[in-house]
Amino acid sequence: MISKSKIFIVMAALNEEKNISKTLSDLKKAGYRNIIVVDDGSKDRTYELAKAQNVHVLRHVILRGQGAALRTGIEYALSLGADIIVTFDADGQHRTGDLPAMLKPVIDGEVDVTLGSRFLKKTEVPFLRKVLLKGSVWTMYLFYGAKLTDAHNGFRAMSRKAAQKIKITADQMGHASQIVEEIHKKKIKFKEISVTILYTEETLVHGHGSFREALKILFRMIYDRIVR
Amino acid sequence: MTPLQIFLIIFLLFALSRVFLRAKGKQISKKEFIFWAVIWILAIVFVLEPDLFRISADLLGIGRTVDVIIYFGLAVLFYLNFRLYVKMQKNEEDISKLVRTFAFKKAKEGKKVKKK
Repeated sequence: MISKSKIFIVMAALNEEKNISKTLSDLKKAGYRNIIVVDDGSKDRTYELAKAQNVHVLRHVILRGQGAALRTGIEYALSLGADIIVTFDADGQHRTGDLPAMLKPVIDGEVDVTLGSRFLKKTEVPFLRKVLLKGSVWTMYLFYGAKLTDAHNGFRAMSRKAAQKIKITADQMGHASQIVEEIHKKKIKFKEISVTILYTEETLVHGHGSFREALKILFRMIYDRIVR
Repeated sequence: MTPLQIFLIIFLLFALSRVFLRAKGKQISKKEFIFWAVIWILAIVFVLEPDLFRISADLLGIGRTVDVIIYFGLAVLFYLNFRLYVKMQKNEEDISKLVRTFAFKKAKEGKKVKKK
């Protein structure tokens, strides 16, 4: 049985001064003590506020993208001896209450990775976002043959073994597809878990669903196919 | 020889000399040296013997002679653009690595200070 002391929550944060304190205190209230925040060169008080919550805070001196920040956090968690690593959004999109369901299959050794999905049960997802998300689900299927219901959900839990195997080299949003690709290529056992995404006006504005971002990811996937 | 030919030859010889100098100074790899040397030497040969354009156009089945230059130029540009992209991607990854190492170092230092 793995105790909560070996579970590490990794969070990439960019200009999240409005949400970071609440996200962190919610997690701490739920008993998750090992939290690693990677401040990706924020221009606001994200770093100071996270520090004040008495969690591990790492800082990228310049913006490197969410993928790079998560990799920093995951590597740091591994260096601190994490048994399970959870990636969690700093903006309050994810619910602390979904954590036990995400963790259980990994703790029990049923799978090595759980991926949060907002599409396993009926949830209200804004139409445009749904089109983009489903588009990337199909792309993922075409490219990697990975059958998923949700492709770009930042909520994941992985065993130490899986975290060591998954190599994130995509610095920007492309990391989400890359993680799926790695899971698929390295035959890591995974499972999707139904989670609730809390959409607020703010998460919609700076969310990951922009069309431009999607095109960039697609280009990167094609490029990787040619070069690597 | 026309004035244009003389001008082009001077320019191409200058470009070629740069390639040699940079290879001597080890600023470019052997592969790069060969690539650029071949490009510039070919260009010099074609400028000295413009008939070669017509011959290669006929050989390739390209109607207009000048199109040979355009197609070739486009191919080279695409290739160089791709190479630049690869290089840029590599640079980006290196920068991330640097930033990560720095973040790690600072976090570990911070921990040590706290323990004291």
